[in-house]
Amino acid sequence: MSATLSAPLLLAVPLAPLAGSALAGIFGTRFGGNLIGRLASQTLTILGVFIAFVLSALTLSDVIAGATFNETLYTWMNVGGLKMEVGFLIDSLTAMMMVVVTFVSLMVHIYTIGYMQEDEGYDRFFSYISLFTFAMLMLVMSNNLLQLFFGWEGVGLVSYLLIGFYFNRPTAVFANMKAFLVNRVGDFGFILGIGLIAAYTGSLNYTEIFAKAPELANLLLPGTSWLLVTVIAICLFVGAMGKSAQFPLHVWLPDSMEGPTPISALIHAATMVTAGIFMVSRMSPIFEMSDTALNLVMTLGAITALFMGFLGIIQNDIKRVIAYSTLSQLGYMTVALGASAYSVGVFHLMTHAFFKALLFLGAGSIIMGMHHNQDIRWMGGVRKYMPITWITFLLGNLALIGTPFFSGFYSKDSIIEAVAESHLPASGFAYFAVLAGVFVTAFYSFRLYFLVFHGQPRYDQNPEAHHDDHGHDDHAHHDEFTPHESPWVVTLPLVLLAIPSVLIGFYTIEPMLFGDFFKNVIFVNNEAHPVMEELAHGFEGPVNMALHAFTSLPFALALAGVALSYYMYMVNPALPTAIKRVFNPIYVLLENKYFLDWFNEHILARGARLLGKELWVVGDETIIDGWIVNGSWKTVGRVSEWVRGLQSGYIYNYALIMLLGVFGLMSYFVWFNK
Amino acid sequence: MTLTLGHYLSLGAILFALSVIGIFMNRKNLIVLLMAIELMLLSVNMNFVAFSRYLGDMHGQVFVFFILTVAAAESAIGLAILVLLFRNRSTIEVDQLHSLKG
Repeated sequence: MSATLSAPLLLAVPLAPLAGSALAGIFGTRFGGNLIGRLASQTLTILGVFIAFVLSALTLSDVIAGATFNETLYTWMNVGGLKMEVGFLIDSLTAMMMVVVTFVSLMVHIYTIGYMQEDEGYDRFFSYISLFTFAMLMLVMSNNLLQLFFGWEGVGLVSYLLIGFYFNRPTAVFANMKAFLVNRVGDFGFILGIGLIAAYTGSLNYTEIFAKAPELANLLLPGTSWLLVTVIAICLFVGAMGKSAQFPLHVWLPDSMEGPTPISALIHAATMVTAGIFMVSRMSPIFEMSDTALNLVMTLGAITALFMGFLGIIQNDIKRVIAYSTLSQLGYMTVALGASAYSVGVFHLMTHAFFKALLFLGAGSIIMGMHHNQDIRWMGGVRKYMPITWITFLLGNLALIGTPFFSGFYSKDSIIEAVAESHLPASGFAYFAVLAGVFVTAFYSFRLYFLVFHGQPRYDQNPEAHHDDHGHDDHAHHDEFTPHESPWVVTLPLVLLAIPSVLIGFYTIEPMLFGDFFKNVIFVNNEAHPVMEELAHGFEGPVNMALHAFTSLPFALALAGVALSYYMYMVNPALPTAIKRVFNPIYVLLENKYFLDWFNEHILARGARLLGKELWVVGDETIIDGWIVNGSWKTVGRVSEWVRGLQSGYIYNYALIMLLGVFGLMSYFVWFNK
Repeated sequence: MTLTLGHYLSLGAILFALSVIGIFMNRKNLIVLLMAIELMLLSVNMNFVAFSRYLGDMHGQVFVFFILTVAAAESAIGLAILVLLFRNRSTIEVDQLHSLKG
C-alpha cells in the first residue's frame, strides 16, 4: 500500500458528513430540543461536506500520481470463513466518484440555504443530505460487497426520507413508499447475486472475488443449464435496475419529484441513481464473462433510453421533464455498459452528474422565482428576469443534447460509437434507440427551454394560481406578477456546476477512455469485446472529434430536434394542440406512462393484497386456527366422550366386557397362536 | 343312549352360558346376579366331576370341595354386601346402581 494515502484521512471523508448530519439532526431539530439554530446546522453540515470534498480532491490527485489503497479497517464478523469487513478500495474509479459525489453534494448544500429558507424542516433537510453523502461515500469507497450493500441500502433509506420530506402530503408519502418498494425488488435480485458470489468464491472482498472469478467461467447453476456467471451477472444487474431506474423498475423516479428540488438534483440525477452504473463497472470482470447478461443490460438500457425520452415530450411539470431526461440518460449509461464500454458509461455518469444537477438546480431556481408554480405552460419569457439562471440552464441543456465541445457531447457520442462497434445481437436495436434518443432528447429539452425562457409571459393565465397568498414585501404588484432572480446562494452553485458541464469532457476524455486512468480497475475482455480498442483506433483527440461531429448523424438529429421544437413552440404554437388531437391514442398512452403504473397498482399490488387476504382468511384462520389448532382439541374431546361412554356404571356392562375380552384372547391363543 | 363325557361337558357349558346371560341380561334384581354367579361355579364343578369320573383321577373331585367352600364364603359376603347396599340405597335394582358412571 502506498504511503501517500492514509487511512485516517480516508476515514474522514465519509465520517465528516456523518458527524455534520448527526449534530444537525439530533441537536438542530425538535428531536433534541432545537438546541442549535439554523445557522449552526447549515454551517456544521456544509463544513463536513467541504472537508470531504477537499480530501476527495486531494485523494484524486494522489491517485492520478499513482497511489492506491486497498485495506480492511475493521472486521465486523467472521462467519464460517466468510469475512464481513469495513474497508476501503481507493483507485481511480473510486476517487473520481468521490469527487463527483462530494462536489455535487457541496453545491446542493449551499443551494439549500436559499431554497429551503422558508421551510420549517430546514435543519432536518441538512441532516438528511449529509447523511446521504455519508452513505454514498461508503458505497463508492468500499472494498467489499457487504459495505457496498450497506451504502446501497443507506442511500435508499435517505432517498425515502427525503422524497417524503413533506410527510403531510399524501402524494409525497405514496411516492416515497413506491420508491422504497421498487428499490426493494431490485435489492432482492442484488442479494441473490451477492449470495451466489459468496457461495462460489467464499469471499465478499473484490480482490478475492476477481482472483477466483476465472475459475467460475464454465460452471453451471446446479439443477439448470444456465451458466453460473450469467445468473450472477443478471442478479447483480437486477439490483442496478432498481437503483438506477431501468425499465421496468423505473416507475419510482418520476414520482420522486415530490421531494424538494435539491434532492432531485443530488439523489435522483447525480449520485444515487448512478450507484447501479458504478456497481456494474466495479463488477466488470464478472460481466465480461457473460454475453447473455451484457445483451440483457444493453437491451434494457436501450428500451429505457428511448421510451423514457418519449414520455418526456408531453410532460408539463418542469421537474418531470428533467426526471424523464435522467431516466433516458441512465439508459444511455446502461447501454454503454452492455457494449463492454464501461469507461464510457462511467464517463457519461460523471458529465451527466454535473449537467443534470445543474438543470435540476436551475429548475429549482425557476420554481422559486415563479413562486412555486411548476407548470411550464404558465411560464415564458423568464430570461428577461432571471438572467443567471437562464444562461446556466442553457449551458446545461446544450451539454445534455450533445453539442460539440460541451462535455455531454464527448460522453454521448462515445456511447453511440461504442454501440456501433459492438458485435452483440442487441446492439442493432440499441444503436437505433440511442440515435433516435438524440433527436428525442434535443426535442424535449428545447421544448422545455423555449416554453420557460422565451415567448410571451403566461403567468397570469394559470387557472390554479393563487396570487394573493404571499405576504412578500418584494413585489408590490397584486394583479401582475414578475419573477425575480434568486439569491447568490442559489445562483453560485449554478455557475459552479456550469463550468464542469462545459469543460470537463474536453479535458478528461482522453485519459479516461483511451489512457491509463482505468487501468487495472475496469476489466475488459478485449478478444471477446473489442469495443474499446476499436474506439481507440478512431479517436483523434478531443478537438478533431468535436469538429468531425458537425458532419455526423447525431449532430444532425440534435439540430433537427432543436429546430422542430423551436418551430412547434415558438413559431407555430397551435401545432402541438393539433397534433395532440390527431394522435390522441398515442398521447393517452404516453400520458399514462405506458400503463405501467396502472399495471403495478391494479395487478401486482392488488394481487399481492388479495393473496395476503386469502392466506389470512383461508390459510391462517380456517386451516391453521380452525382445523389444526381447534380441530385437535375438538377431536380429542369427541374421542374421550366416546371412551367415557364405556364407563356406564353398570356392573353387568363391565362383566360383559371382561367376558368378551377373555373370549377374544382365548380364541387368539387357541386358533391363531398354536 | 349312553351318556359320554361330551354330554356332561355340554351340560356344564350350557349352564355356564345361562349364567353369563343371567349376569348381563339382568336389570332388576341383584340377588339374581348372585344366583347366576353360584350357577357359574356349579357348572365348573360339574366339569371337574365329569373329568374326574371319566379319567379316573381323584384330583378333580378334591378340587370341587375347594370350589364349594369358596362359593359358600363368597355368597355369604355377597349377601352381606347386598344387605348393606339395601340399607344405603333402599333398592337392589341393578339399573339403579350406576353412581360410578364416568
